[in-house]
Amino acid sequence: MVKRENERIPVSQQAHVVDKPKDLTNIGGTVSVQINEKKITVPLGTTILEACQLNQIHIPTLCHHPDLCIAGVCRVCVVEVEKMRTLQTACSFPIMSPIKIKTSTEMVRKARRHIIDLLLSEHYGECYSCFRNGNCELQNLAKEYGVDNYTFGHVQSPRYEVDNSSAAVVRDMNKCVLCKRCVRTCIDFQEVGVLEAIDRGHDTHVGTFLDKPLADVVCINCGQCINRCPTAALRANDPSDEIWTAIDDPKKHVVIQTAPSPRAAIGEEFGQEPGKSFTGELNTALRRIGFDRVFDTNFTADLTIMEEGTELLTRLKKALVDKDQSVKLPQFTSCSPGWVKYIEHFYPEYLDYLSTAKSPQQMFGALIKTFYAKEENIDPADIVTVALMPCAAKKFECNRPEMYDSGFKDVDYGLTTREMAKMIREAGIYLPEMPKSQFDDPFGDASGAGLIFGATGGVMEAALRTAYELITGREVPFENLIIEPCRGFEGVKQASVKLENCVEQYKFLEGVELKFVVAHGTANAKIVMEMLKNGELNDVHFVEVMACPGGCLGGGGQPIPTSAEIRKKRAEAIYEEEATLPIRKSHENTHVTYLYEKFLTDGPCGKLSHKLLHTHYVKRGKYIS
Amino acid sequence: MLVLEKNALSEEIESLVNQFGKERSALLQILQAIQRKHKHISDFAQQEVARMMEIHPVEVNSVVSFYSFLCTQPKGRNIVRLCQTISCDMAGKEKVEETVQRELGIKFGQTTKDKRITLEFTNCLGMCDQGPAMLVNEKVYTKLDPETAINILNEIK
Ligand code: SF4
Ligand code: SF4
Ligand code: SF4
Ligand code: FES
Ligand code: FES
Repeated sequence: MVKRENERIPVSQQAHVVDKPKDLTNIGGTVSVQINEKKITVPLGTTILEACQLNQIHIPTLCHHPDLCIAGVCRVCVVEVEKMRTLQTACSFPIMSPIKIKTSTEMVRKARRHIIDLLLSEHYGECYSCFRNGNCELQNLAKEYGVDNYTFGHVQSPRYEVDNSSAAVVRDMNKCVLCKRCVRTCIDFQEVGVLEAIDRGHDTHVGTFLDKPLADVVCINCGQCINRCPTAALRANDPSDEIWTAIDDPKKHVVIQTAPSPRAAIGEEFGQEPGKSFTGELNTALRRIGFDRVFDTNFTADLTIMEEGTELLTRLKKALVDKDQSVKLPQFTSCSPGWVKYIEHFYPEYLDYLSTAKSPQQMFGALIKTFYAKEENIDPADIVTVALMPCAAKKFECNRPEMYDSGFKDVDYGLTTREMAKMIREAGIYLPEMPKSQFDDPFGDASGAGLIFGATGGVMEAALRTAYELITGREVPFENLIIEPCRGFEGVKQASVKLENCVEQYKFLEGVELKFVVAHGTANAKIVMEMLKNGELNDVHFVEVMACPGGCLGGGGQPIPTSAEIRKKRAEAIYEEEATLPIRKSHENTHVTYLYEKFLTDGPCGKLSHKLLHTHYVKRGKYIS
Repeated sequence: MLVLEKNALSEEIESLVNQFGKERSALLQILQAIQRKHKHISDFAQQEVARMMEIHPVEVNSVVSFYSFLCTQPKGRNIVRLCQTISCDMAGKEKVEETVQRELGIKFGQTTKDKRITLEFTNCLGMCDQGPAMLVNEKVYTKLDPETAINILNEIK
């Protein structure tokens, strides 16, 4: 199988990347340079920026992002390199000889200030009403370089219309600084290819194919571009005003479900270090804000495992016992709405491989307005369901016309972690100091298996814990239920477990090597789809795909900034919390059992669950007319 | 566009990609070839180029929108570009401009009804010492005055 390093190199840059020796002592592989007064030794090919960062020398940057390839377009990182006539950009200058660098001379400072002034002269800045106020790289640069007047003028009124067409991503090119991070995110990092620089000179702007509204092109709503934009030119479609209205309306019963990833990241919005979950604190804060019930999306994550797992077993049985040639295997997960839209656009002929199970968010919505409404005796028309998600695509998902199975809009609003933090601040609450509290019944606290859905490989791990046990009657043969091959951030992971001594019902699986593949980020999803096309997945049974790098914890609705290191810490927070939970297998979640006894009485993949918990997909294709 | 036309265009692009290759550097040559033949690069053509070169349509669109000699809407059979940069401007570009507009009955930026000529401005053609300069398709004419300009225009089909 294709092995790709986690560090992806876009095709356009492969020729320019210098291999760095892993071992620094490797003779000939290193070079000594002098930065300001300091002499240091770095591997050949290290950029000036990297060398400075390793030595705590600050260089301002704007177009540079640790997740993306080098661009060198903004020029704010210029430094002086001895014997070179002009200033050099630190981010794109690979050190190949023993040079002397100065990072803060008069020339450097003046040039940087000029560059910032020039950027501001084109930037429609109105910081008070801006969602990046206080977390904006341009604003920070202006502060850092003491901008106290507009040397080259300032834009007085917006030049571009705001593109509000998409349910997920809002584009306001008046705030764009043309750093092209979004372009590199979408083309190189996600390989969707929605955004590029259009036109030339003063007219240059970041646009879509033929400058169509975002809703009319192949955007999968992943929101990864938002997380990497240094300014407010890209933001998520924020429904918080509507949610406040619902909360303030005494007739409305407003319930919220919270996904695991926002809980592991929302602390960052309150100045906390990445890597700590605030689940209990968040529950209390949400109640104080005025939500009538706080539910755990992990409940429906557990339910997803039951439904998707049953679906997989049914497919396996059809394929192995009935020898039905039409059965599609491997089965692909369907919980990531960005991934679903990706396959609808780019591989519509493979839609039958997708599980028909809805995502946990949508399952929950459908249950709240049916099962819960009945249990609590509330008119579903009065219920407003909010979903706190790490994801921008969830906003699109809840607006899909297929998502009205309860007879109402199943999920009224998808809210991102950032927007939730904003609401919490607005309510005058400092999250880290909230007392902890539990989730509300009838869905209660979920299993740890649902919790790890937040990290790439989590769905697979949860599914295996349940499937293996159902099939063999024993726990998965991994210490502490930790299925190591599912964890970590490698782009495409592949592993297998052998099924032995199966219980009577699943004897047909005796001796089968259950093979699975895990991919995260649509660039890796593309690799997997090409493998499927080439027949390389013929012996694989189950594939997990998440549209966002790192899985949901790296979602497009998560706090800004993001980097591989931050995502790793969020994953640690999730796995740490998981290890402390008493129940760690989906099928042992008693609330799920209760639901199947009381409501979905014909069991997983039964008639009612097909109506409420499963869906169908649209063949979209990628041609735009 | 009719299906047949689309198929013909796809085939044509395929042979261009075979001829120039799939490297990114081939993109401009391919686009120029399409532009030369069809006088524009349609939405469909851009997407076909992208598909066959295994890049994204928006990347093709980005290149097409960057170069003023490439365009997305059909233009006239002949494209006349008058230099608008300062040397030519001072050498009498304005007179030529006015006469040409009057003679053809269209403004710069427009195409004649019979699709014979599209008028456009261009920036410096490197003929500053011999201005006013004008480019008719791929041929440069210099030292124009209103009369010579009209004569040139009258000769093109
Ligand atoms: S993008 Fe940054 S600089 Fe621009 S208005 Fe918003 S906060 Fe201010
Ligand atoms: S949301 Fe995702 S697919 Fe859409 S433009 Fe942004 S990065 Fe591209
Ligand atoms: S939209 Fe944001 S990320 Fe994209 S070029 Fe503009 S400022 Fe940079
Ligand atoms: S950060 Fe180096 S050029 Fe933009
Ligand atoms: S100014 Fe017209 S050719 Fe140079």
